[in-house]
Amino acid sequence: MSLDRRSFLKTATLSACAGGLVPLLAAPAQEDDARFIVEAKFYEKLPHKKIKCKLCPRECVIDDRERGYCGARENRGGTYFTLVHSRVVSAHIDPIEKKPFFHYYPGTLAFSVATAGCNVNCKMCQNWEISQVRPEQVRAIYLPPKDLAEVARRYGCPSIAYTYSEPVIFYEYLVDAADAGHAVGIKSAVVTGGYIQEEPLQKLCQHVDAIKVDLKAFSEKYYREIVNGELKPVLDALVTMRKLKMWSEIVYLVIPTLNDSDQEFKALARWVKSELGPDVPLHFSRFHPDYLLKNLPPTPLNTLERAKAIADSEGLHYVYLGNVPGHPAESTYCPKCKRVVVERVGFTVKNIRLRKGKCPDCQQEIPGLWGT
Amino acid sequence: MHDRATSRRDLLKACLAAPLQAAAFQSKSRVVIARDSLLRSSGSSVVDSTRLLKALDRAMQSLYDCDSPLEAWKRVVKPGEVVGLKVNCLAGRGNSTSVLLVEALCERLQQAGIPKKNIVIWDRLNRDLESAGYRVAAHPDRIRCVGNDTSGYEDELAIYGSAGSLLSTAITRVCDAVINLPVLKDHGIAGVTLALKNMFGAIHNPNKYHVNVGDPYVADVYMLPPIRQKVRLHICDAITAQYEGGPSYMPQWTWPYNGLIVARDPVALDYTGWQIIEQKRSEKGMKALKELRREPTYIATAADTQHRLGTNDPRRIERVEV
Repeated sequence: MSLDRRSFLKTATLSACAGGLVPLLAAPAQEDDARFIVEAKFYEKLPHKKIKCKLCPRECVIDDRERGYCGARENRGGTYFTLVHSRVVSAHIDPIEKKPFFHYYPGTLAFSVATAGCNVNCKMCQNWEISQVRPEQVRAIYLPPKDLAEVARRYGCPSIAYTYSEPVIFYEYLVDAADAGHAVGIKSAVVTGGYIQEEPLQKLCQHVDAIKVDLKAFSEKYYREIVNGELKPVLDALVTMRKLKMWSEIVYLVIPTLNDSDQEFKALARWVKSELGPDVPLHFSRFHPDYLLKNLPPTPLNTLERAKAIADSEGLHYVYLGNVPGHPAESTYCPKCKRVVVERVGFTVKNIRLRKGKCPDCQQEIPGLWGT
Repeated sequence: MHDRATSRRDLLKACLAAPLQAAAFQSKSRVVIARDSLLRSSGSSVVDSTRLLKALDRAMQSLYDCDSPLEAWKRVVKPGEVVGLKVNCLAGRGNSTSVLLVEALCERLQQAGIPKKNIVIWDRLNRDLESAGYRVAAHPDRIRCVGNDTSGYEDELAIYGSAGSLLSTAITRVCDAVINLPVLKDHGIAGVTLALKNMFGAIHNPNKYHVNVGDPYVADVYMLPPIRQKVRLHICDAITAQYEGGPSYMPQWTWPYNGLIVARDPVALDYTGWQIIEQKRSEKGMKALKELRREPTYIATAADTQHRLGTNDPRRIERVEV
């Protein structure tokens, strides 16, 4: 029997709960379960029981009994609550390369979790069944921070990855889980759109080990029309991460006709080099039609290669291609001697030649968190 | 995944409906306002159910040019149909769709041949219904009262313009016809929340559609075929109206309008309700919604040539007070 994508996603998501992968997990969550409801951080109380959320740049002003744009936070009588603390809707063990992180403990596994909700609404979202729903509209399991850390440790995952939906909107759970992880030697890697305010980001960086940002385009128009967000706060967030020396990688999903011009690739690469430096990994990833953008084809390979050529020519050292299994641009090359230092095929790491973070042939230091 | 907006069946329906809609677009839309200063005894919040029923009857007879309310109701629903009553219960007991109004409707629907088992009161959440004084009930032989969290949502996205949503099965599968029962009130983001916006209660992701004063989202959501095709009548509960601080109940900004606003055209109703709220704001010395950057521009969008959901042109709105 063939499975459509939605059925597969449902099955795969729940298999983490039902298939014995996570034996510590409790029964599926009940709607409005008090276990998940924790007072939110970063909000301002306003007159007449209103609140203003200060977590993401959207700054939703929310009436009593209403929710913010993310759908995961609710004003109850003038106090703002997250509804998704420990409310996990997806749990999988993934290679860290799938996030993708290419300069962060290559070849290791990440125990990957998500809750429902997102603070943007990308028309191409691959996970809209969990990111664009309210918490009570999708089955969830109760996975408190200590249990999450313990499960990750038990299954040999050196990292917890917060991914699939948008970790910013489950900030409180993310921070608590990261702390619980560190207590047992588990690191935390965040996969985010980077649409977050300065203060919460700075505090987040004190708790996690790496952040991958989906920089969805390099134009405000695209962010406004396709993402329902803004570009500038994302760029600001990347600069903040850089200043705080947070290990960061960038993914740019290339969508035919929408964000695939030479001009945009060049502007992106120049900005990355000037504001973040040439060593930040930049992944150009292939688009697959989904959600509200089914009318466009998958990204042609030559478009991705064109993007890489432009970024290379602008002086970026680590430019990768994603969602093209077997392509040479999945591997890491020494920028000095040009030899392969980490060989990858798809999400599989075939060979790590690095020695203490350096190229074994020319001793060039390769930036990242390598564990070797 | 199947795209509802572009399916052959929907295209055909849209083509067939277009001339009718265009014709409706040209003619006047009647909006009936039935008020009764004695709806509540002086100084009391208790509504006189008998007077409320009479106001409803007057409004229905006027809207449908009928000699009796029963005749009017028979033009709205047919025996055998399952009729949904889409209430608005976000504001709790303070300013949600009146239970007494819904009881009056249920009485008239039954007289028009709709048995109890074919009447479904619904809104977003059971919690909201209960907080507004409704009793959640799913017994198949009685009047049902359920939130979308019980009835569930479709698996496939319904798409129109900027809107991509999962629709409540209450409107897609359970009900053949829907009577829309919004409340006359202000909205802190969208300007006002009346007939058009009440259909945000039929989708799974209303939180995504409040940006840009809800424009064009409110109009686009209403264009989703099950909504556009099944909602037959709008009865706006204006017994207690609110001119500021909505959608939450803020008693200091409510006033006893003591009326019902009834129309088949949701755009005309929204335009009329919006003007009533603006007038009250002006009387109270408050700024117009436009000055506060929350003019409900989605009403004009709903009337434009792309949507044609009704008219916002006051010259084409026949406002009748009974």
